[in-house]
Amino acid sequence: MNPDYERGKLFSRRAMIVGSGQFALFSALMARMYYLQVVEAEKYATLADENRINLRLVPPPRGRILDRTGVPIAANVQSYRVVIVSERTIDVRQTMAALASIIPLSDHEQDRILREVRRKRGFVPTTIRENLSWEEVSRIEVNAPDLPGVIIEVGRIRYYPYSEAAAHVLGYVAAVSEAEQKGDPLLKLPDFRIGKNGIEKTYDLALRGKAGSSQIEVNAHGRNIRELSRTDSTPGLDLTLSLDIGLQHFVFERLAGQSAVAVVLDAHGGQLVALASAPSFDPAEFHDGIAMRTWREWIADPKKPLINKAIAGQYAPGSVFKMCVALAALEAGVITPEHTVFCRGVVQLGTSSFHCWKAGGHGTMDLRNGIKQSCDVFFYDVARRVGIDRIAGMARRLGLGQPVGIDISGEKPGFIPTKDWKRATLGVPWQEGETLVAGIGQGFILTTPLQLAVMTARIANGGKAVVPHVAQEIPGPDGMEPRPQATFESLGIKTAHLDFIRDAMNAVVNEPGGTAGRSRLREPGLSMAGKTGTAQVRRISREERLRGVIKNEDLPWDRRDHALFVAFGPVETPRYAVAVVVEHGGGGSRAAAPVARDIMREALLRDPLRQPAGDVAETPAVPGRKG
Amino acid sequence: MQIARTGPDNISLMAKLARVNWVVVLLLCLTASVGFALLYSAAGGSFEPWAARQITRFVIGLGVLLLVAAIDVRFWLRYAYLIYFVSLLLLGSLEFLGVGAGSQRWIEFAGVRLQPSEIMKVTLVLALARYFHKTAMEDVGKLRYLIAPLLLVAAPAALVLRQPDLGTAVMLLAVSGIVFFLAGVRIWKFVAVGVAGLAAVPVVWSNLHTYQKQRILTFVDPERDPLGAGYHILQSKIALGSGGVAGKGFLQGTQAHLNFLPEQQTDFIFTILAEEFGIVGGLCLLAFYGGLIVYGIAVAVGCRNQFGRILVMGLTVNFFLYVFINMAMVMGLIPVVGVPLPLVSYGGTALLTLMMGFGLIMCVHVHRGIQIGRRDSHDPV
Repeated sequence: MNPDYERGKLFSRRAMIVGSGQFALFSALMARMYYLQVVEAEKYATLADENRINLRLVPPPRGRILDRTGVPIAANVQSYRVVIVSERTIDVRQTMAALASIIPLSDHEQDRILREVRRKRGFVPTTIRENLSWEEVSRIEVNAPDLPGVIIEVGRIRYYPYSEAAAHVLGYVAAVSEAEQKGDPLLKLPDFRIGKNGIEKTYDLALRGKAGSSQIEVNAHGRNIRELSRTDSTPGLDLTLSLDIGLQHFVFERLAGQSAVAVVLDAHGGQLVALASAPSFDPAEFHDGIAMRTWREWIADPKKPLINKAIAGQYAPGSVFKMCVALAALEAGVITPEHTVFCRGVVQLGTSSFHCWKAGGHGTMDLRNGIKQSCDVFFYDVARRVGIDRIAGMARRLGLGQPVGIDISGEKPGFIPTKDWKRATLGVPWQEGETLVAGIGQGFILTTPLQLAVMTARIANGGKAVVPHVAQEIPGPDGMEPRPQATFESLGIKTAHLDFIRDAMNAVVNEPGGTAGRSRLREPGLSMAGKTGTAQVRRISREERLRGVIKNEDLPWDRRDHALFVAFGPVETPRYAVAVVVEHGGGGSRAAAPVARDIMREALLRDPLRQPAGDVAETPAVPGRKG
Repeated sequence: MQIARTGPDNISLMAKLARVNWVVVLLLCLTASVGFALLYSAAGGSFEPWAARQITRFVIGLGVLLLVAAIDVRFWLRYAYLIYFVSLLLLGSLEFLGVGAGSQRWIEFAGVRLQPSEIMKVTLVLALARYFHKTAMEDVGKLRYLIAPLLLVAAPAALVLRQPDLGTAVMLLAVSGIVFFLAGVRIWKFVAVGVAGLAAVPVVWSNLHTYQKQRILTFVDPERDPLGAGYHILQSKIALGSGGVAGKGFLQGTQAHLNFLPEQQTDFIFTILAEEFGIVGGLCLLAFYGGLIVYGIAVAVGCRNQFGRILVMGLTVNFFLYVFINMAMVMGLIPVVGVPLPLVSYGGTALLTLMMGFGLIMCVHVHRGIQIGRRDSHDPV
């Protein structure tokens, strides 16, 4: 007998047993499948519907923005919104009609909500109204039995306690646009807001925080059954600014009613203490999307409330530019302070006449008087001697014609022309007449009010290349860190020249005959020096000259001159630099200088470093001098 | 002694390939394709991160299958122990260089992650087949001849239990038991082991890990902790049951896609099939598996040598156990243990060793004519 044959037979027998066992077990599986998927299918289908886990992102509270004394100027408050969950209503239309009798709800809005409800799955809530008042909330709660499917939800919205006053510094937050929905999963949340402008935009990532998550088991009605797990969100970091909200508020109120802008800088450290642009807007309006009407109004307003005029308004500096021309000439050595020019009220260059603002002329002018009385003829002469390229060089050193690099988004560069620029872009050579016009800050030159403040600060602080900033802290790996103490390099301008210019600016305000003599600070211990500027926005024709130049008051608003004023104070130990531009305000001495004076007084009074008034009372005000 | 041979010992590669059962290869491809579709669905309708990789591995697996099938069956017989010891060594090395979340199941080798316990399932059968091939039938009846094969089984089973991987240990023991049975070990011995096993239950119970105890307790009463250990069973039953007869449609499953079942691409992948394709889909897959198993049994019974018979039947049983344990677990018939659904679950090593196993079955099929004596085939018996 073949043993292998025997083995094979035994094997086959047992293999059949094993095979049968396998068949039996497979049958058991099939029976189980039948039981679960056919017999009990309905029960499990119900269970499946009740079985929904929502992974929800827990949005972090946005970091607050504080002023230099720790006062919150952007914070978060709770807001109530009413939502509807269509699954839980008997009839959405009916519920909405009932709701409309409790809170105002137009037919138009109802249609929008109905459309939205239809698009969504039954258990996803649709927002009916946001920012409900307490009264509305309680009215809805009381009527809850008649409003199946209506739920009140609590959220957080951005709150700006000073509303319009600091809007252009803070910027605003708004819903995330589709193009921005990249990276951070938070951005996909319908209620999430990100910074779209100003500080809110510059420091958005630090203010935003990190999302937490929560796993929620919900049933078929969208009702939360229980929270399965939760990781808390990391709140956004608080950010302290150099802004003094008290001063900011004062400045904004002072500008109210005009199309104007004012900047207050610490002349040494570059801290932005106040920046107001009027008219302004309420940043909270952006939170839930602006109403079309409001938006159209803002866009159509000739006073441009949405534009931050301090950094995005570009103006001819007018006579404010004369310090720059004077410094360029002194540094180049083409004139000395003793240089004199006789002003007859007009100079001829070729066939063109160039007029002084004072029709009769100033007579003999030296540099100090040229600045004090803002004599145009004197500066036509100085400009011609020094040339446009050296003027442009000094303008750039003082911070004009390029973004100064402040940490607020949307800064415009302004413009300073040179001979090369004109040849390269316009294809025609530079004309000497254009140098004359540039000498009084007109023509091609454009500057922003912030640049003018920086220029004034650099003159006031002894020629240091100060760069402005508004955030006192910068985001680091472990939260906010204090901004490192900046040491600004010297611009290399002779101290004697700067001293001379500052003295001349003192004369502008504090001496009889100075163009801003009426805006002198009279309180003991307070003082300021400055320079007026008037930027023409229209061309004065020869005929008009002959007839007599039309007064600003007689022109339509948008044809009037821009009024400018830059100032620093106190005179002897400068601390703040101020720049004011009043659009179409007329002359700088009349429209801008008083504003700057009031701002400077408030700034000096609020200065935390200021000595008590008693100590400085002895210091006499700068004595007047006959010009 | 002259032994009649029904076929030539050495056949050409082309002839070997011609003998490969291509219908079975097609069946393997079909089964694996079900897996691709489910992995695509598990990823929310994307080839990344699972389906694309699984397809690549399956193509490699097909190459391995054909290679293994083409190698002479006597090669596998001769090197059976060597292969066994190499994989035992790999399994043992996990103690020192294993990586893996919580338990040590992986080994990193030249950038490739290997799961030695999966390889062991094939190589243990290989070693046992050789042992029983070499052992005379009357010796199989003697107890002392069972010591060596018991050690062959005990060593990997102990290592796998240490990981701890209860599912694989159970599978190794079950496959070995059936191999012993097929080799002709007397029935009463199984009864004796069964009785001893029952007696050992209290001892084993006290040595189980807490989570293993939890799973068994939960199996007995799933509702006792619906958010804890009972969660898996309950959720997978809901997924299955709600699929009904025709299913919710491809990519339309709600339960699987809502992350009720973590790691649904591996052990719980059947829930996606049952939910999206209903009982129809489940039965189809079961039919594919049945076809492959019937093929295995047919090859085993038709084989002329004991090595081939035991090897093929052992591998077939192994394959069957994969299917049964996984499905029974998903359907709540047995406790939750970590056993993948063969050819469908995501996982490289399991897929490759399964393809190697089918390669061996085909190898035996291709070389079915060769008779091998108890002694080495090169020595005349």
